[in-house]
Amino acid sequence: MRFLKSLLFTFAASTLVISAAHAQAPNAAPDAMVRDLSNEVLSAIKADQALKSGDANRVQKLVDEKVLPYTDFQKMTQLSVGPGWRNATPEQRAALTREFRTLLVRTYSGALGQVSDHKVELRPFRAQPTDTDVIVRTQVVASRGDPIQLDYRLEKADGGWKIYDINILGVWLVENYKSQFSSQVNSSGIDGLIKTLTERNSQLAQKKA
Amino acid sequence: MLTSLFRRAAAPLSIVAMVLSGCATVPADSGTDARDPIESFNRQVFEFNDIVDRALLKPVAQAYEYVLPEPVRDCISNIFSNFREPSNAVNNLLQGKPIDAVSDTCRFVVNSTVGLLGCFDPARQMGLEKHNEDFGQTLGRWGIGTGPYLVVPILGPSTVRDAIGIYGAEPYLDINFYIDNIRVRNAILGTRIVNQRAELLPTDDLISGAALDKYRFIRDGYLQRRRSLVYDGSPPPAAQEVSPLTSPGGPPPADPSVKKELAPPPSGTAPPASK
Repeated sequence: MRFLKSLLFTFAASTLVISAAHAQAPNAAPDAMVRDLSNEVLSAIKADQALKSGDANRVQKLVDEKVLPYTDFQKMTQLSVGPGWRNATPEQRAALTREFRTLLVRTYSGALGQVSDHKVELRPFRAQPTDTDVIVRTQVVASRGDPIQLDYRLEKADGGWKIYDINILGVWLVENYKSQFSSQVNSSGIDGLIKTLTERNSQLAQKKA
Repeated sequence: MLTSLFRRAAAPLSIVAMVLSGCATVPADSGTDARDPIESFNRQVFEFNDIVDRALLKPVAQAYEYVLPEPVRDCISNIFSNFREPSNAVNNLLQGKPIDAVSDTCRFVVNSTVGLLGCFDPARQMGLEKHNEDFGQTLGRWGIGTGPYLVVPILGPSTVRDAIGIYGAEPYLDINFYIDNIRVRNAILGTRIVNQRAELLPTDDLISGAALDKYRFIRDGYLQRRRSLVYDGSPPPAAQEVSPLTSPGGPPPADPSVKKELAPPPSGTAPPASK
């Protein structure tokens, strides 16, 4: 269970790491992109007390401005939902993606206060120039605590590389939601899953307020 | 030994778990996941553990966190982590990683002396990287599958393989269990459990918020994490482990289109076979 301890920080960092990728050249190598993102996000958190305390508006702003262009939340959601996605209408897909994204941002931004002197180091990256789906491996190190493994899965799209899955200490985010999502879809359909996510998000919003 | 303690406690605890069975909400597709055939039983133990945690362990951990300043708790955590180095070394040796085993031994020697019983970690400044090994991982490295997922009363998420490796074998590799004075030994063990729970306190809200189904969130996280550990952070992509301990019949068939997108990443990104 020890791994749970580090989840807190890494979830935070990863949510925001996705966010910092501004002004990246579309053809930037995926590992360079992840490195630059990580560094920018970490310095943003360290510099901004409001972000660090998980200020919902501040986090949301950062995500809206910077995360969206570099993350494929729809693909992340599609893979998490699994087979049920095929039968979902475009409206349902949009709702699922929106609510899942909100859930991730809300829950993980609460962990930003854990960030102290953390640094991100790239681990060896091997890919062919022709690859369109890669894993970039990093580790987060700090003066206290063991290094934390933090990996990203990216796909090359028209607008450049986009992150669509995150691995924290060996746990892929998408994989960790699959069973929970499919269980919901099987018992109460796509709308049931949307409803569950929406309710959870409003609970979390109330809690914070 | 923890094992005998566990053996003595297991029977009454499982009865309590049975009595509580009405409390566990079990989803309709319970038990359909090949990795977790006894899900409905596990959920009962999970509920039971949760009740014990809320009534006892968590409040004690909160008090512990409140009373002791962070540097002191860090020191205690580090000492307990240092306790584990002999096990890391033996397990690395058993897994055919003698260099890592030597490194763990050096860490133990340096941190136990210069590092004041492990309170500090000067070995890290010397470039000796910390490993995280146990006999459950060693069994996995030897090709033994996880077997069914298992929630152990009080102790939490495990699998048949990990329960054997961690609760059966690990105590023999743990210097805590070689302390002859039983009261001292139990006091240290108790502190260790409380300390570990205190470390997890900040994650409680995160998990409650992020999980739609806490049981599965923790189960799937545990199984992924353990698989990653067996391969030292670089597991082969997506391949199902086939083993005598794994029950037959894979996971339910997935949508082919999704399956395709989840195909293993291109060979260029395949993790290195070994360090």
